[in-house]
This record gives sequence, C-alpha cells and structure tokens, in this order.
Amino acid sequence: MPKLTINGIAVEVPNGATVLQACQLAGVEVPHFCFHERLAIAGNCRMCLVEQEKAPKPIAACAMPAADNMVILTESERARKARKGVMEFLLINHPLDCPICDQGGECDLQDQAMAYGFDRGRYLENKRAVKDKDFGPLVETSMNRCIHCTRCVRFIGDVAGVADLGGIGRGENMEIDTFVGKALESELSGNIIDLCPVGALTSKPYAFAARPWELRKTESVDVLDAVGSNIRIDSRGPAVLRILPRLHEDVNEEWISDKTRFAVDGLAKRRLDKPYLRRAGKLVEASWQDAFNLIATRLNGVAGSKIAAIAGDLADAEAMMALKDLMAALGSSNIDCRQDGAALDPSNRAGYLFNTTIAGIEQADACVLIGTNPRVEAAIMNARLRKRWLQGGFRVAAFGPKLDLTFPVTSLGAGPEGFADRAREFLKDAKNPMIVVGQGALRRKDGAAILAAARDLADGVGAVREGWNGFNVLHLAAARVGGLDLGFVPGSGGRDVAGILAGAEKGEIDFVYLLGADEIDMNHLGRAFVVYQGSHGDAGAARADVVLPGAAYTEKDATYVNTEGRVQLARRAVFPPGEAREDWSILRALSGVVGKILPYDSLAALRAQMAKTYPTFLGVDHVPQAAWGPFGKSGALDPAPFVYPVADFYRTDMISRASPTMAECAAVKSASSQPKTGTHG
Amino acid sequence: MLADNDRIFTNLYGQHDWRLAGARSRGDWDGTKDLILKGRDWIVNEVKASGLRGRGGAGFPTGLKWSFMPKTSDKPRYLVVNADESEPGTCKDRDILRFDPHKLVEGCLLAGVGMNATACYIYVRGEFYNEGLHLQTAVEEAYEAGLIGKNACDSGFDYDIYVHRGAGAYICGEEMALLESLEGRKGQPRLKPPFPAGVGLYGCPTTVNNVESIAVTPTIMRRGAPWFAGIGRPKNEGTKVFCISGHVEKPCNVEEAMGIPLKELIEKHAGGVRGGWDNLLAIIPGGASVPVLPKEICDTVLMDFDALREVKSGLGTAAVIVMDKSTDIIKAIARLSQFYKHESCGQCTPCREGTGWLWRVMERMVKGNASVAEIDMLLEVSCEIEGHTICALGDAAAWPVQGLIRHFRPEMERRIAAYRQQAVQAAE
Repeated sequence: MPKLTINGIAVEVPNGATVLQACQLAGVEVPHFCFHERLAIAGNCRMCLVEQEKAPKPIAACAMPAADNMVILTESERARKARKGVMEFLLINHPLDCPICDQGGECDLQDQAMAYGFDRGRYLENKRAVKDKDFGPLVETSMNRCIHCTRCVRFIGDVAGVADLGGIGRGENMEIDTFVGKALESELSGNIIDLCPVGALTSKPYAFAARPWELRKTESVDVLDAVGSNIRIDSRGPAVLRILPRLHEDVNEEWISDKTRFAVDGLAKRRLDKPYLRRAGKLVEASWQDAFNLIATRLNGVAGSKIAAIAGDLADAEAMMALKDLMAALGSSNIDCRQDGAALDPSNRAGYLFNTTIAGIEQADACVLIGTNPRVEAAIMNARLRKRWLQGGFRVAAFGPKLDLTFPVTSLGAGPEGFADRAREFLKDAKNPMIVVGQGALRRKDGAAILAAARDLADGVGAVREGWNGFNVLHLAAARVGGLDLGFVPGSGGRDVAGILAGAEKGEIDFVYLLGADEIDMNHLGRAFVVYQGSHGDAGAARADVVLPGAAYTEKDATYVNTEGRVQLARRAVFPPGEAREDWSILRALSGVVGKILPYDSLAALRAQMAKTYPTFLGVDHVPQAAWGPFGKSGALDPAPFVYPVADFYRTDMISRASPTMAECAAVKSASSQPKTGTHG
Repeated sequence: MLADNDRIFTNLYGQHDWRLAGARSRGDWDGTKDLILKGRDWIVNEVKASGLRGRGGAGFPTGLKWSFMPKTSDKPRYLVVNADESEPGTCKDRDILRFDPHKLVEGCLLAGVGMNATACYIYVRGEFYNEGLHLQTAVEEAYEAGLIGKNACDSGFDYDIYVHRGAGAYICGEEMALLESLEGRKGQPRLKPPFPAGVGLYGCPTTVNNVESIAVTPTIMRRGAPWFAGIGRPKNEGTKVFCISGHVEKPCNVEEAMGIPLKELIEKHAGGVRGGWDNLLAIIPGGASVPVLPKEICDTVLMDFDALREVKSGLGTAAVIVMDKSTDIIKAIARLSQFYKHESCGQCTPCREGTGWLWRVMERMVKGNASVAEIDMLLEVSCEIEGHTICALGDAAAWPVQGLIRHFRPEMERRIAAYRQQAVQAAE
C-alpha cells in the first residue's frame, strides 16, 4: 500500500495503482484522453503529464505506478506548461467544426480545451486532412477529428477480440483504419463511439439527430437478449433517439452490444398503435371497447381446457403474471412461456439459471459450452468470457459446430456424442468448472436428457458446492427467466407450446392468447381464435383475429429477470404510441370485460401481489444462489449435431426485426460472409 | 592520439579478412572459454570497472545496465543487440558488422554470460543488406566452430544468437520500439516503466545494447578494465569510433580516445575542414539528434559525454557532421526537422503533431517568410515537445532546432529581414 503526496494531500493507494488513480483518490483532477480504466494503458496522449519531485521530466500519470514517498504536483508551473503544450498540439490539427460535430456537448476535447487550453491558436500552417473511413453501417467516421488516442483500437483488439482496427502510417500520417476498408465485424463495435473522446467516431444512425442537452435520460435495462444490460435511454419528446450503456460491474460493465444500442430505430417502425379486429379476412381498426367485447364474446362458454396462452420473448413479468392469473380465472392451465419448446425444467430454479453469474465467470478456470454460441446469443457475456481468457488459466471447450468466439475453443464434437466422458475429461482438473447449456441443446427433442446429463456432469466434476455453482443455462429471451419464476408453464394436465399448437391444429384449442409471441409457427394455429397483444406488427399480429397494442420496453415500467436470475426494473422513457397501453393494464381491463376481475388496480398493487406470491421478485438487482436439486429427465442423447439458435445476431426479435439499421447490418454481414470469387471488388 | 596498439577495431577499414580465420589472427575468440569460466560477476564487474558507457547515444554505464538483469528468473533472459543504426551521420556499427563481425558475436556471448542470458537477438537495420549477410556468416561460422550454441566454447554454457532484419524505420532503433518490432508488431516505443530488464522481449528480462558497446567488451575483458579506463578522461573512459562526415577533406570512421579535442580529431584524421579551419561554420558533434555547435565552441571542445553536455550539446553516436561556411545552416536544420517529422512513429501527441509543426515553420524560416516573433514561438514549441514524449525522438527533434536558435538566431533574423525587404521591393 504505497503512500504518496498529491499536491500536499497524503494518500494511501492499493498496490498496483497508478499515479492517476492516486490523484483521483486524492480528489485531484488530472485531464486525460487515452487512458480508460477498462482498456490497456497506452500513455500516448500525454495529457496527464504531472510533475514528480526530483524526476527530470514530467511523468505520464496514467502509466506511472504509484510508489512510496512520491511527491506529485499537478498544478506546478512545469505540469501546467506541459499540459498546455499537449493541448495545443492536440488542437493544431483538430478541425474547428464543433458546431457541426455530433460530439458537441459531450466532447472530452472540447471540455478540456476550455479548462486547460490556450485561448488562441498559434498554428499558421494548413491543418491535416484525413480521408474518412468506412467502418460499416453503425460507426460514422470523421477522421480529421481523430486525436490518435487509440482507445478504439485497444477496445476492438482487446475487449471485442477482433483484429479489425489498427493504426497505419507513421508520424502525423498515422491513421486509424480497418486496414482493408471493411466493416467492423464485431457485435460490440458501437462501444467505440462512447470511447472516442472526440467526434471522430460517432453513431451513424443517430447522426445529426440531437444535442445531448436536449435529451431526457432514463435509466433502464435492455431486453433484446437475456443478459439484461443496463442502459440509459435518451429520448426527446415522444421518440427514443439513442441508447447508451450504463455502468453495472456485475452485468455489462460499461459495454452494450450493437443490437442493444442500434435496434432503437425499430421502436418507431411497424408499431401497433390501435386495436385491430379481423373482419372478412382483413385487420381493421377498432376501439378498445369493440376489441374487448369481441374477445369476451369469443370466450363466452368456451371450456378452460380449450383456452391457451403463450408468452413471448420480450414479455415483462407483470404482464405475464396478469395473463397467468387471467388464464387461471378462465379455468385454463394451457400456458407456456417457452415459445421455442426448450426443455427448461421450471421445477428447480437452479436448473434454468446462469448460476455462476456473469461476474462469476472471472473466477472460473474451465468452461464447457453445450449447443451455444455466446458471441451472438449474449455478446456481453462472450466479452466477459474473453476477459477471463485474457487473464490466463482459462480453458473453453464446446459441443457444437465450429465456433469463432474470439478466443480459442476446444471442440469436443458437433453433437452430444460421448458427452459425459469428454466433458468430464476436460473439466476433471478444474477447480471452478463452468458448464453452459444453451438453447441450441434444450430446443432439441432430447433437450430434457441433455439437461439431465449436464446436471449429472456438474455433480460429477464438483461444479456445485458451497459458494460455487458452475451449472449454467444461457437464455436468449429477456422474458424467459421471469416467466419460469412466475410459473408461466403448463399447470397439471395443461398443454405446453407444442401441445397448444397441436391442439389448435386439431381443433381441440379454440382460443389462443399471444402475449408478444411471434416465434411460434403460426400455421399450426388452425382455426383457433387468436388474440395478439404486443408492440410490433410481426408474425403474431399477422395471424391474429384481435390485435391489442401494447408497449415496448422503453415505454413501460416493468420487471425483467435476466439469465442469472437478476431481477431488474425497466423504466418508462416515453409513452406508448397512439392508443397502445402498458401490457399489464390491458390485461387488467380485459379481465373486467370478461367478468374475471384481476385483484389489482395499480402497478404497485400488482407488484406487491407478485412479490408476495413469488418472493424472488422481492430482491431487485440481487442474485441469491439458487438451491440445487434434481431437474431434467435422463434419457438417450441423439448424436445429431447441435444447431445454434441464433443465425442472425442482428435480427432476433420483433424490435430488431423492425429496425432498418439492424437490417442493414445483417445485409453487410451476409455480404461479407459470401465466398470471395477472385474478381470480387 | 590513440596508440595503434590500443585500438580495438583493428579491421575498421576492411583491409583484412573479416571471417573467423582473420578475426582469430587479430586476437578474437582467444581464450574466450577462460573468460566465460571466470563467471558472471567477474564479467559484470570488469565492464563496470572499465567505465564503459553505452555507445548508442545515451551513454548509460554498460556494466550497471547488465547488473539490472535479475539474478534468478524462471523465464528466459535475452540480450538484444541494437544494430539498427540509422542516426544521420553515423556509420560506425555498419563497419563493425562489415569488417569485424566476430568482435560483436564474441561480445554477445560474453555479455550473455554476464547477464545470464539464454539467447541473443541482433536486430539489423533493413538497409544493411550486405552487412547483415556478413554478420549471419560470422554467426554461422561461430556455430560451426562450436563457439556459440550448445556448450559454447566448451564452457558448458548454452547460448544461441539470432540475426533479425528490421524494415528500415528509424524509430526501431529506440530500444522499446525495437523490442516491439522484434516481436512482430508496429515499431512504437513502449512505456517505461516497466524497464526491459524486468519486462522486455516477449515479457522476459531483456537488455538492449548498442553494437559498439558489445563489440568492445571482449577486448576489455582480455586486456583488463584498467587498460580501458586509462584511456580518455574520468567518467568518459575508453576508445570510441567517431564518424566524421560533411565538409572535410577526407570523411572517415576512426577509433580515437574519448575526450580528444574536436579540432584535433578533424585535422588529424579527416584532413581538416574544407578550405581550412577558419572556413568552419558549425559542427553537429553527435549525430542529427544533438544541437549544433558554432565554430567558437568547436575550437576548444572535447569529444566526450560530459564536455559536450557542458556546451549544451551531446556526444550522441559521435557522428561528427562538419559544415563549412558555404552551408545554409537554416536549411540544413530544416532538413533534419523533415527527417524527424518523417520518422516520428505517431504514437504520442507532442512528437506526432509537433515535429510537423517544427518542420513547416522551419521551411518558412529557410525562405525568411516568417516574423521574428515566430523564432521565439519555434523555441517554445520545441520546448513543448522536449521531455514530454514516450521516447527520446521528441527530444531529438527539438534539439537541432534549439541549437540553431541558440547559436544562429542573428542569421535567422537576417533571413527574415531580407525576405521582407524583397517583398517590399517587389511591391514597389
């Protein structure tokens, strides 16, 4: 624990801390550009130069380890002069285009130039002109503004793990480039926009949309995958303009995936803003009252066993609870939240959670992936696996077709053949082994058997003990864990998704309520009367007989549970469009019309009821270790290769499918994965 | 003047055979085994006692540097020899590689013993094509003769030497950039600390030495530290290869005692300044990176680290660049500024942005198209670069300009006034 003096303030800092961190501890601000606490230290911007007593030259605070008895002066004449000089150098070739720069108002260079710069320029020569680069559909470049801090290069290389970005050229001709002029092929590329301290890298879809001071900032969580990344929703008036990451050390650190960030334009497209009824084969606009009345008429006299409900991937816990209660009141036990038919066993919570937790990955020393490609299923999780791998002493193996996860993966087979032996062999020496079961494994016919085999493996290699649970299920849908926690699964004698679809096809199910469920095969719904409640006009709305417009995740206060079992709250940033309403309140209103009034009138009352019935919802942002117990169903494993569930990272749900930006990304990605012909470009 | 029998590089001019047989006839590889068997501490102490200071430019005591290598380490330890000689005006290492490569190879072995290294990499400047071939041949000869490799010189010490070619970037002669380049990355200096003796090549303890520093050590060990320390001045002991170029009658490389007067060096070995000593304008005494000295200082200054530092210049690589009165000194320095602008790696801000700025202003100064106040600004900008960068290239870019302003400011002002006058006349 070195003790040193900063501007006369004595501080004691942890071992390995830098002078910059010591200054921060002492409450002394040291300006910097290239330093970022989650990236490797580069020390190249030289903005953090401070004076160290008895040192011949000013030192770079970001790179110098704090040592005992150091005397650091950040405001001495020498430090001040060095900083001013560096600021002048940064500005001589930086264009004076702040008025038309998207970074304006949130620009580190702008702020620090105000605080530490000269009040006039002395540079009379021509400024440097640099050709802009094409980084693909997400990141706009304006390379004249680049100050060569290399944060983007370090992020893409180290955190995202692709060798797509680097510095070319020397001296003042150095440029940041993708070397061959291709789009960045990373699921995390958007983060370099946040990292760029100037306006060299800005968001392409958000270009010239707003100034930061015009935006209303709402802290919320993401629902486009099951990670539950913490986000900040920036909105102006009725529109969500952009989404930025919010710091959460245990979930997403300060990164978010490109889908989380850029699918935001899907919130304004294909929206359901009015109730619709199907008349003569066509959906026509209707009033809420007409819609509810029609539903009530169709429900009248139908036996509970002929009624069914399916919850979709983006459904919030409140809506699922209201729907479950309504179904129970109607006498139906045909409810399911596992749209994809995954063999998730709701009987034991540890059996469907990512028990190790995302932060816990950093304690693991070996990992076996079963039918999952975390890079596209949960990009943030993959970044954490890579971070762990970079620290050394971490081995990863996979059952499934060959993968590029940005770190080496040992293949143990394309299918589950020899599963128990190979996995046990791989994990046998591990102290903290991890087993990750993906939906690609659970969706199969032998899903329950794989789940049981994975459970046996976890027991066999000592992956579950006091203080460590290495058994993990990686979910794809933000709604899934919440649904399972709420018991949104078939009651006794009830039908699961496959049963509901088969029943509808055969005419045994007359009424199906889809709560944002778009991922089922609508052709199997037969002649059933279908109510679709959701935010976007996707597959479900196209088949529905009644469409009830719901709210997207940015438009409601709602609870989601991520794959770790972490209960998190989404907050309303804007109001739902048109006549759309928050989902739980639609169900509450409907319950009145059909004469089965739900016992809560407000969100608070609903949440109180929810917490009472399902106590896991009591602890927000809290991940208690789930009790271990039996789950799954032993059986024979089908040796057929696993099929990864996410083929297109950019379009996995109704919001990202509605997003033009995501469509463009998918097009670029598929074009770049075409085999090159030799005459190509 | 250095006595002939005190010269270390006896084949500096290439009259003799440079290969193993020739080197042996000049005393190389003589009793190397015994030197190895005297052990690590003896070698380091001998080099320390000789007072040898690094010949690459910075003048850090070589023995002290070797002693920084960890006494015990689980990791491999490396000696890296910097043969990326690119300093304008310097060509000493080149002739060592060409004509006396075995001195270097033997030095690598003994230095390796001294720092308990497991292997040695010699990073040769890309443009030194033939020199690299000579060195490679010498290394292969040494392997064949059992002098290096497994059980080197039959001493029980295992030691490998690899020759690696650079691609011709000046910055790769900076020790940390050299290590980056050797590892296969873009040649950009790394931050210090950590210093290479702790974390160097491939993250292992490493010492980087100049070719000349390593090549003189076998002779020092054979003839004894007191012999070497007896040459030159205190703290500036030994012999040194000087490279004399520019406006002299006979440009040459010559090995001389440290501390020889500059005037004597030029008159004795290079045939004097073109047109006589009085025709001298200025001398850059240590390669392009050090400040220029006007004739008044050159009359008396001694050629060693401390004497040149006293006159605010430096010995650098001891590349003496002589300029007579026909030289446009502003243009000469502007050319150096262009060199540094071209060779800056672009990593850190002051050097990346500042070298271009200096060059552009210097180009205007050549014509006189500037204001007198800009001379002060130029000086200030050079001071903003100096000492604020990761490596010493920033300093090297700043010093020539500072030297120019220090000694030739009247010439610059004259140029500006003349340009003004010309402009006024043209307007009339």
